[in-house]
Amino acid sequence: MVARGEPVIKVRDLKVDFASRRVLNGVDLDLKRGEILGFVGASGAGKSVLTRTIIGLLPFREGTIEVLGTDLGKASLKERQAVDRRWGVLFQQGALFSSLTSGKNVEFPIREYLRLSPKLTTEIAISKLEMVGLKPDVYRNYPSELSGGMIKRVALARALALDPEILFLDEPTSGLDPISAAEFDHLLLTLQETLGISVFMVTHDLDSLHRTCDRIAVLGDGKIIEAGTMEVVQASQHPWLKSYFHGERAHSDFHVPIKGRRVTERRA
Amino acid sequence: MTAGTLQHGPSQGDGLDLTAAGTWTAEHARSLEPLIDAATRGHDKFSRIVFDATRITQLDTYGAWLIERTLRVWTSRGAEARLVGLPATYGNLFQKVRTGKQALTPLKHKPTGPIATLESVGRTMVAVTSDLTTIFQMAGQLVMAFLSVCAHPWRFRFTSLINHLERVCWHAVPIIILITFLIGAIIAQQGIFHFRTFGADIYVVDMVGVLVLRELGVLIVCIMIAGRSGSAYTAELGSMKMREEVDALRTMGFDPIEVLVLPRILALIIAVPILTFIGCMAALYGGGLVSWLYGGIDPKIFMSRLHESINMKTFAVGMIKAPFMALIIGLVACMEGMQVKGSAESLGAKTTDSVVKSIFLVIVIDGLFAVFFAAVGI
Repeated sequence: MVARGEPVIKVRDLKVDFASRRVLNGVDLDLKRGEILGFVGASGAGKSVLTRTIIGLLPFREGTIEVLGTDLGKASLKERQAVDRRWGVLFQQGALFSSLTSGKNVEFPIREYLRLSPKLTTEIAISKLEMVGLKPDVYRNYPSELSGGMIKRVALARALALDPEILFLDEPTSGLDPISAAEFDHLLLTLQETLGISVFMVTHDLDSLHRTCDRIAVLGDGKIIEAGTMEVVQASQHPWLKSYFHGERAHSDFHVPIKGRRVTERRA
Repeated sequence: MTAGTLQHGPSQGDGLDLTAAGTWTAEHARSLEPLIDAATRGHDKFSRIVFDATRITQLDTYGAWLIERTLRVWTSRGAEARLVGLPATYGNLFQKVRTGKQALTPLKHKPTGPIATLESVGRTMVAVTSDLTTIFQMAGQLVMAFLSVCAHPWRFRFTSLINHLERVCWHAVPIIILITFLIGAIIAQQGIFHFRTFGADIYVVDMVGVLVLRELGVLIVCIMIAGRSGSAYTAELGSMKMREEVDALRTMGFDPIEVLVLPRILALIIAVPILTFIGCMAALYGGGLVSWLYGGIDPKIFMSRLHESINMKTFAVGMIKAPFMALIIGLVACMEGMQVKGSAESLGAKTTDSVVKSIFLVIVIDGLFAVFFAAVGI
């Protein structure tokens, strides 16, 4: 077990090429245990590329990615699978298997990896669905019968199925109405508090960043241009960040409490 | 990390002490479940249960659920179950698991027996009827779209038609030639082999000529096209339906039948006769080649015999069927495509249905034509 605050993901000098074009040029990034890291950057800056590289869907040219103490560049298939079990990924569109019911979607990794009795498997799946705020009856619904918000929740339940230590979220609140998005953020915070997961969240949603993230990393020109708490990132002089936080749509700081600030207020 | 354990303490009267220790996590859930089962089975006499979790070193939702399940089993039996000594760090986690209700509404029991069988037969018949209705509907919409395009010719998607023609006609030529060539060769070989016993080798030419031109050429081509292009149409339209592209067209004021279905079906109606002609020629060539090499029938004799045995009518009978079969393949393929629902499974099922139904209907139509031609004496 790694102590709280230790990095669970360590990315060093990562370089990724995409059809002879360098997309990531020396990325250094840490995800610390128990934190929610918000990951922002302009569209096309390579956020998805970095996420997909870390979770192993894209090959990388140079550098190292260390997840939970395993160097993914050198890991054998078996070591890799061991790491796969310890993270959960929530894709932007949910990526639920459309031929399985929600319940079977959640059960899928449990059945493959843990080989529990069918009764326990079902109980755990229902318990996960309830944990993400769904009614148990959703168990029998097919993804095509669910609303966008419900699909995200089922996908989150599936990502949480094996009690992962790291959770990757790809724009979890995109396509949700502001109320559902706020609910989702709240859910994420409770889950992170109760389960102690480290969360890597790609997002564009300023409200969501304010509400949930302990730290924010900003990607631009193939590098991390800024990383730190909300205050640090907001104070940055980088032109993209300035327009991001102080531009037309950056109204958020007026009505959404910053997570860190809220916590200090509560303590005081 | 060693698996968690569960020990039964000394029982005092109607009380039972359970002491859990070690790692209660997902990896060990498999070995923990039997322990839980053993602790709840065959102890009906107890009415006070104390579950001591002080020595649990690691807990996740799996372990928490197993503990919660134990407590629930006892509570449902009317016993008083208590959890003591849960490490404070896991308090939130346990509460989160505990709030779950786990209550699924019971499924309605599916009826079995003769009534259920009758019911399913009935449902199938209704489905067949509704399928037929949908085909006629689709045909009607197609005619409407065709007429409206005739009235406003500039609205016709000519580029789309050419694109589909390239895919269903031009790209299908090699495989059609290969298959029909082989079929022609095989028929000729079999004919020669059997006709030879009563010295009627030469009649092989009649057989190959009539069979290929009247029936086999068009049938083989249609079956190939149903499998090759019909399935592609269904899959294309189906995935467009799934991604709401069809709805997008509709909201922009376009008729999906006119934009998507009409060019596809017209392309088929043009392509299938062309392919049938090519296929017939390839089959005759294959038959002639085998007759020469295997049966020793000289190509000149083959040609002159062919002239005697077939006429324009034989050829026309085969060709006239081609556009009708193309129409039915296209209609079935597009109808199935438009019926695809949200899931990947439904796309697969509809594509299969499309191929099976269009091959079936092609053969049915061939039979109807045979009856018709017999009645008019061709």
